[in-house]
Amino acid sequence: MRAKTADKIATSIIIAVAALIVLVLAGLLGYILYRGLGHISFHFLTSAPETIRKGGGIGPQLFNSVFLLVLTMLITVPIGLGAGIYMSEYAPANRITNFIRLIVEVLSSVPSIIVGLFGLLVLVNLFGFGFSLFSGALALTVFNLPLMVRITEQGLKGVPREQKEASLALGLSKWKTITSVMLPISLPVVLTGTILAAGRVFGEAAALLFTAGMSSPRLDFTDWNPFSPFSPLNPFRPAETLAVHIWKINSEGLAPDAAEIAAGASAVLVITVLLFNFGARWLGRYMYRKFTAIK
Amino acid sequence: MNSIIEINDLDLFYGDFHALKHVNMEIPEKAITAFIGPSGCGKSTLLRTFNRMNDMIAGTRIEGSVEIAGTDIYSDEVDVETLRKRVGMVFQQPNPFPKSIYDNIAYGPRLHGITDRKKLDEIVETSLRSAALWNEVKDHLKRSAFSISGGQQQRLCIARALAVEPDILLMDEATSALDPISTLKIEELAQELKDRYTIVMVTHNMHQAARVSQQTVFFLNGEVVEYSETERLFSNPTDQRTEDYISGRFG
Ligand SMILES: Nc1ncnc2c1ncn2[C@@H]1O[C@H](COP(=O)(O)OP(=O)(O)OP(=O)(O)O)[C@@H](O)[C@H]1O
Ligand SMILES: [Mg+2]
Repeated sequence: MRAKTADKIATSIIIAVAALIVLVLAGLLGYILYRGLGHISFHFLTSAPETIRKGGGIGPQLFNSVFLLVLTMLITVPIGLGAGIYMSEYAPANRITNFIRLIVEVLSSVPSIIVGLFGLLVLVNLFGFGFSLFSGALALTVFNLPLMVRITEQGLKGVPREQKEASLALGLSKWKTITSVMLPISLPVVLTGTILAAGRVFGEAAALLFTAGMSSPRLDFTDWNPFSPFSPLNPFRPAETLAVHIWKINSEGLAPDAAEIAAGASAVLVITVLLFNFGARWLGRYMYRKFTAIK
Repeated sequence: MNSIIEINDLDLFYGDFHALKHVNMEIPEKAITAFIGPSGCGKSTLLRTFNRMNDMIAGTRIEGSVEIAGTDIYSDEVDVETLRKRVGMVFQQPNPFPKSIYDNIAYGPRLHGITDRKKLDEIVETSLRSAALWNEVKDHLKRSAFSISGGQQQRLCIARALAVEPDILLMDEATSALDPISTLKIEELAQELKDRYTIVMVTHNMHQAARVSQQTVFFLNGEVVEYSETERLFSNPTDQRTEDYISGRFG
């Protein structure tokens, strides 16, 4: 009887806490969307910001965020996959491997502002990449790589041993077994994780303040030569992303409608991150079903 | 009968654990050899030395030699991948890849370098015919391998192993996860295949060993207690422990 009561009390506390978390989250999202949604328009999403006049948009910032995301993933995914494959399949089970694993864990819990400062000192100044998309992408890679490595490692470890052995027993090399059996099987996990990591990149501000910078040159959206200084595609130009832009106009925006712009930009950011999350889950489930399909 | 596998003074250690003790035996070509014995006595371990699947387990150490067609497969010149092409394996649980029936069979040949579509079609058909599965699946080769029954999946795995043209087929309790009818089908299949392949099967089921094999090997605690023609081993065992085991007094 007493155990039963205790169980009931514990259950209700857990439910109450869970409900509270959901409520806070829903309230937060609802508030951001309520304040910002009204301000979102095609014009707002595509036009350049204004410094002192009303009616500025977030076009370049949105573009910068997407471009930075692509650049970061271009660097993170190959390195992360490679490292994850190594950790899961090739690294011997010894102290050094465990040490690497520990470092990866530590790296993933470094506050992003520290990653940003590290980027400023090493990438921007020491290596002379300046405030640029490239510096930003490298800083975000530092920030994202641990996640990517861990996801790949988990994905590969989750492949049933029988299927790995089936491939090896057919006389296929370890590498071919990894690329043609194990990676496809773990693809739902790896892809879901990659998209979640991408969502993190999209919302990140602190690591970018001192690496990608807080301003953009006047972009010329007719010039797609990645080497010219005003081309949107030039990876060595400074670039203010959406998240950084929100931070900036909130703290020092001069435009009369700064508050609305911040609200609208926040809503766009939140919606995008949500899309990433739901997209990742949907794709993961879809692929899982496709691979194990009974049809 | 010619022997194709010869095992000389083989010892195998998993770290400190002495899993195979001084094994000596010969396995005849183009016949079925059954490994019987209580759980944990080393049947799988010995079977997996034939295609060096034990290599993957860290801390495994081997002494003595295993010769296949006169070559010591643990010598330095031997390429493990080539060896495994010659020595196919079927596992306890059916383990098709999450791919179509066709791609499961074509997987090995493809990655071994065959890209010609016609040639692949041919390999898929002959392998499925050899595994007595062709008539059941020929109209839906593009379907997922998980869409067929467990027994069919196991025959698919046999076909997949045959597709890389092995000489030897290892089966580790390949029927223990199957229903009686599927089991019977696989046994019949093994009978047909033994004219072209050397088959070594581990089984928990003494009746199965008696039904399908020509030679039987009895293991106990990592040792080979006795091996001989199946009929003789079951009717007239020379070792007391064999007699106790086959008459059901232990194990
Ligand atoms: N990777 C391993 N590391 C350490 N010991 C192992 C390992 N694999 C097997 N063993 C041990 O080696 C012995 C023989 O194992 P094996 O799997 O060959 O037995 P088996 O005869 O196939 O048994 P079963 O009929 O249950 O499949 C067992 O005592 C087992 O515990
Ligand atoms: Mg076994």
